[in-house]
Amino acid sequence: MINSGMMTRSLKGQMIPICVYIVMAVSLNLVVGISGELSLGHAGFMSIGAFSGIIASAWLHGALNVENETLRLVLSMIVGGVFAGVFGVLIGIPVLRLRGDYLAIVTLAFGEIIRNVMNCLYFSLEGSRLHVSFNNPNIPGTLLVNGPAGATGVDKIATFTAGFVLILFTLLVVLNLINSRSGRAIMATRDNRIAAEAMGINVTKYKMMAFVTAAVLAGMAGALYGLNFSTVAASKFKFDTSILVLVFVVLGGIGNIWGSIIAAALLTVLPELLRAFADYRMLVYAIVLILVMLATNNPMIRSLAGRLFRRGGVDTTAQGGGADQ
Amino acid sequence: MTQTTHKKRMLDTKMVPAPSHGIIPERDYYSTPVLEARHLGIEFGGLKAVEDFNLIIGKTEIAGLIGPNGAGKTTVFNLLTKVYQPTMGTVLLNGKDTAGMNTVQANKLGIARTFQNIRLFGNMTVEDNVRIGLHNQVPYGMFTGILRLPGYWKQEKKQHEQALELLSIFGMQDLAGAQAGSLPYGAQRRLEIVRALATHPSLLLLDEPAAGMNPHETEELMRNIIKIRDQFQIAVMLIEHDMNLVMGICEGICVLNYGRIIAKGTADEIQANPVVIEAYLGKKKEG
Repeated sequence: MINSGMMTRSLKGQMIPICVYIVMAVSLNLVVGISGELSLGHAGFMSIGAFSGIIASAWLHGALNVENETLRLVLSMIVGGVFAGVFGVLIGIPVLRLRGDYLAIVTLAFGEIIRNVMNCLYFSLEGSRLHVSFNNPNIPGTLLVNGPAGATGVDKIATFTAGFVLILFTLLVVLNLINSRSGRAIMATRDNRIAAEAMGINVTKYKMMAFVTAAVLAGMAGALYGLNFSTVAASKFKFDTSILVLVFVVLGGIGNIWGSIIAAALLTVLPELLRAFADYRMLVYAIVLILVMLATNNPMIRSLAGRLFRRGGVDTTAQGGGADQ
Repeated sequence: MTQTTHKKRMLDTKMVPAPSHGIIPERDYYSTPVLEARHLGIEFGGLKAVEDFNLIIGKTEIAGLIGPNGAGKTTVFNLLTKVYQPTMGTVLLNGKDTAGMNTVQANKLGIARTFQNIRLFGNMTVEDNVRIGLHNQVPYGMFTGILRLPGYWKQEKKQHEQALELLSIFGMQDLAGAQAGSLPYGAQRRLEIVRALATHPSLLLLDEPAAGMNPHETEELMRNIIKIRDQFQIAVMLIEHDMNLVMGICEGICVLNYGRIIAKGTADEIQANPVVIEAYLGKKKEG
């Protein structure tokens, strides 16, 4: 499709971000939809993944002379995932002690902390040595991450194939997790915390499992995202980005993994498609969002959709329950 | 309390199950009691919700906890399952002190419960609800699940078989695929019992299991509780307002009023006890 000229240039440039946002939406859905905790700092993990991925890529190139771009990309994504996962654990320990609105606000705060700290960090590479400094750009070697200006001169090694494989990997992890013992335990803590505890399920452990898995996937997506642009600033991963990903999740249906994929793909492309509206495109975007939200929450449309795509558990009437199966 | 006096008291109670006051049936007399509560109590900001609660339940006993509304029956259940930490006294499960434990650890020690207001996992299927109960009984790790290793298929099959077997106690195996929240009220109560049984408890706590059931269903429930006890060789303790059920199947009954035990004994003893009649049954009797 890309080579046959069926896509415009702008859409071609969107292919990797679409993959990234799909992975972000699916992983956030694991936290919001499956474990039932509202997280507003998902872009923070993307940020950690992006910068650690960029640094890992440069280091692999400069210090270890890894020339193969695919290998470097994969290794960088793994590094991004691992770093985001480590921060997921560190942030999860205090955050998951809270519930509901409090948890949401603390995740928001952590997202902002990560962004602000990244704004003050400087990394440079001198031969094979990596230098780090806080609030001080005068470090030896070539600057990789330049504080508020972000990472500059990044090797654009991200490919659409890698993005597609990452989506498949994410789906494999998330769907297999949901349909396993651990996934059922995560959903049990969401549905009824007290009953889950009485059944011998360690609530904190399973909330943490969902949170950290989502952080790792977001970190990998972040690394892919970072390696797709020649410059990446920390301000790219601000609160707006977290909310944008949350919009994908809510629009696609909370707890509905496939819905997240569709919503993320459509809403990433939509602003480009609305270019014809020129100045009004963000307004149209917002109106489309409102209309879609109203439509998906309309009981009549929902029941119609339920009848059209009869899925297990849609019909909840007493008589229908038994006959359905 | 020092270690030695604690030990001494353990021995004392083992040889002389005195606080039970005739509750332990003969067949359980020489085995460690499944539950032993000693001077158990909890205060909520000065209000003593439960006070000086002493009880021993034998290994395969069916015990009843009755009392007027607000007497503190559910609070006792919450104390025994560690939803609340007692401010006074101790709870021993199978001879092990549960001080400082949380609900999860208490469950692993062998105590499972149902809830007065049903707490099923409503969005999940009936079978998945039972599988949650089997969580610690048929375990496998997170990565085994994600990577679909051989252990996953083996344990999932085992969970499926055990879940259906447990559901068949109440003849619910045909409902395995139905959504738990869509079941009729009585079936939801039965599912809660099955889910609790799935955790392989040695003591099953039932909080008003017959609430909302018609007389026919209640009778079936009584037969099933006895069946569960005989089949799994476990103790059952139940809170219930249906006196036919309590007097019909409970071997020992404990009456609670204003957070204190006012009487203990067999069904006949309780029915003849003037204190109980005054506090509880007396109000219902007209003339």
